[in-house]
Amino acid sequence: MIRLDDVTLSYKGRTGEVTALAHTSIDVKRGEFAAVVGPSGCGKSTLMKLATGLIRPTKGAVSLEGQLVTGPVKMAGMAFQHANLLPWRSVLDNVMLPLEIVEPHRSRFRREKAAYRTRALDLLGVVGLRDFADRYPWEMSGGMQQRASLCRALIHEPALLMLDEPFAALDAFTREELWVVLRDLWQRLGFTVILVTHDLREAAFLADTIHVMSARPGRIVETRTVDFPRPRPLEVCYEPAFTDLVHQLRGKIAEVRQA
Amino acid sequence: MKIAAEDITPVAFTVALFVIWEAACRFFRIDAFILPPPSAVFAAAAQYWWPLLKNSFVTLWTTVAGFLLAVVFGIALGLLVGWSRAIYRGLYPVMIGFNSIPKVAVVPILIMWFGIGEIPAILTAFLISFFPIVVNVATGLATTEPELEDVLRALGASKLDIMRKVGIPRTSPYLFGSLKVAITLAFVGAVVSETIGANAGVGHLMVQAGSNFQMPLVFAGLLALAIEGILMYAVFAVLERRMAGWAFRASMSAAG
Repeated sequence: MIRLDDVTLSYKGRTGEVTALAHTSIDVKRGEFAAVVGPSGCGKSTLMKLATGLIRPTKGAVSLEGQLVTGPVKMAGMAFQHANLLPWRSVLDNVMLPLEIVEPHRSRFRREKAAYRTRALDLLGVVGLRDFADRYPWEMSGGMQQRASLCRALIHEPALLMLDEPFAALDAFTREELWVVLRDLWQRLGFTVILVTHDLREAAFLADTIHVMSARPGRIVETRTVDFPRPRPLEVCYEPAFTDLVHQLRGKIAEVRQA
Repeated sequence: MKIAAEDITPVAFTVALFVIWEAACRFFRIDAFILPPPSAVFAAAAQYWWPLLKNSFVTLWTTVAGFLLAVVFGIALGLLVGWSRAIYRGLYPVMIGFNSIPKVAVVPILIMWFGIGEIPAILTAFLISFFPIVVNVATGLATTEPELEDVLRALGASKLDIMRKVGIPRTSPYLFGSLKVAITLAFVGAVVSETIGANAGVGHLMVQAGSNFQMPLVFAGLLALAIEGILMYAVFAVLERRMAGWAFRASMSAAG
């Protein structure tokens, strides 16, 4: 579905040319849950911007469903470490924001507001926020804001969901809770995910494939397939095979950090 | 409704100020020509209530007219400046330079151009008050979170969409905050212009009273200005709470 073909990205920094990403190739199939892990500053976020067409590669090509990406892809949902909800909108209105922008919803929005409202409420229901729809973001905890942010990323049923360390600012319990929320949403809706994270357990629990990146300039140094059966219960995280996988990934990252 | 001690303190302080003023005038036998006691000021205010009120209205309308011009022009320029980095870079130094000119210095020019009357007062009020509006609107736009912009751009939002859905609503607390400052400045501008050359307004009244050695009336004029200023500030403070109340709450839990 989305394909990065020998992509290099460099930009002019204050101390000269900086290469954020070098000769990176990734292929994510439709409906696949891909995770990208790596040491900090390895260009993971750059990778996300490239995949959504927010920035253009210096060399190489990015393509989406066989089409060359030349500008913002107009169909991706995104969520970041900070929920970035708009404080002047209620949770429900925040979730409905993409519907006011993406076609074909945009032109239908006024006429079918009631239907869209129901749809947003249903989605909020899935993540357990139905009763908080009329609250404002500041009235909610960080974990709840992040759930709302996920809903906002998914309300227009994008084929592609990009997550940039979405749970990094949360405490361990809330994080695991949200893993389950994301797992269920993904299983229900079947979109394609690229999850950028530095949490190896998160990647191992959620993803089908894990791409390990090296330190700057970022490069994919290893791609692992994770074949724990689905649906995965949280208990998977305590199986020896899981621990082994995380351990190996950790070793790999320690290796590339040294280099 | 119970009245809390906090609600009484402003009144108490105001009364105390007048009492101390009165006491000081009597105790030190200050010449009423140098500093008239409040009793004399209030007496003058009662005696000349009609000219005071009439001229206060003139000052009020010139202030408001100048202020409204500043709001329209300031918002438009602020949006323009916040829209693109190139415009921001080009215009900002020009505006800084313009703003650092003391507006009093411009008043004689305005009087030469437009003659004695209300137009110089309106223009001075406008000139002095548009700058904070421009800066605040532009700042509100310029500080939009880049991640939020990415979220919207990845949805295919145009620059205009981002402006409409995020930029402008986000700017509103900055705007309403600046209106509070701008109305006070506009008032200063109008009065300054009136004292330099006008045939109506509180500033004009004070100059006239001063040249007739009616010091109590000069101070009554000051009092009228203070009351007018407080009222205008209060209107915009309330408006700010109404229109951008979310900003007062949101800043308390910015984390997360």
